Amino acid sequence: MNNSYLIYILVMAGVTYLIRMIPLAAVKGKIRSRFVQSFIYYVPYAVLSAMTIPAIFTAAPSLLASLAGLGVGIAVALVSGKLLTVALSACGAVLATQLLLMLL
Amino acid sequence: MWYNLNVDNIYSERSIEILKPNTYASGLRDGVPIGLGYLSVSFSFGIMAVSSGIPLVWTLLISMTNLTSAGQLAGIGIIAAGGSLTELALSQLIINSRYFLMSLSLSQRVDSRFHLLHRLVTSFGVTDEVFAVAASRPHEISPRYMYGLITMPYLGWSLGTLLGAAAGSILPALVTDALGIALYGMFIAIVVPPVRANLRLLAVVVPAIAISCAIAYIPALSFISGGFSIIISTVIAALIGALTFPIETEDPADE
Repeated sequence: MNNSYLIYILVMAGVTYLIRMIPLAAVKGKIRSRFVQSFIYYVPYAVLSAMTIPAIFTAAPSLLASLAGLGVGIAVALVSGKLLTVALSACGAVLATQLLLMLL
Repeated sequence: MWYNLNVDNIYSERSIEILKPNTYASGLRDGVPIGLGYLSVSFSFGIMAVSSGIPLVWTLLISMTNLTSAGQLAGIGIIAAGGSLTELALSQLIINSRYFLMSLSLSQRVDSRFHLLHRLVTSFGVTDEVFAVAASRPHEISPRYMYGLITMPYLGWSLGTLLGAAAGSILPALVTDALGIALYGMFIAIVVPPVRANLRLLAVVVPAIAISCAIAYIPALSFISGGFSIIISTVIAALIGALTFPIETEDPADE
């Protein structure tokens, strides 16, 4: 199993590194295609949205706590936008919801 | 815009006044807030990786060799499920393709001292937040500044992963369960503010969510694994965005 972990990680790290390295090391000019530029520009929003929903619904022990984390996270992001603040607020919402469920 | 996310928070004008702009020390200082943010988020990654069955040492190695949140999260999902190497490679290619544009943009901004060796080493540390800070600088970027800027995020990401992977079994379940959502909190923090500023991004966000939910909840589509679900959702949603609202700028990083 350790060998397969090694191969998995080599593939993962190799692909990720090449994506970062090739443009910085080799590409001198800029991408001219507006379509390709647009596609790459939108990729992060698409990736992070698809990774967050529906996966976040099962990220906490109960659906209610997950929804609380999601809701509070979005609300705080709308107000502050700071990475650490949003992440910890979402954690706090999950913790508070779970505590509440234990007490009820 | 998206790339300049949180720059006001991360980037301290004062550091320019006290430290010379292109030294290792000034980069190190600018990287401290990123490193602290990564510490908490990678803590959550460490917990998730170990709880999905990946041993501590391998979990730490993933963080030390990848330095990317979304890619690693998708990666441990595929590894834990015993997915194929093709699926793993393809998922990293799609999820991390944004770094391609960032490195490309940085290649236009580095100064003349940036020789090939520096490019080969520093490109490893290009993350969303590192790029946001580097690209927002008024000066050309020196190799020393870039090494400094990468240092704290790398240490924060690695140390946080180690602590999360090790403490996941020590901390009470109530706490680890709550911390497990931190990674998604970071994703929310990256996506929501730009969407609020530019509602046209909903043309990408809504289809991405709709497709990933469809694959997760429609039984006929359940043969599609988690890794491929992210790939399919991303490609279709980003295509929709590129077709309906092509970006207007020559250099996206200048937006």
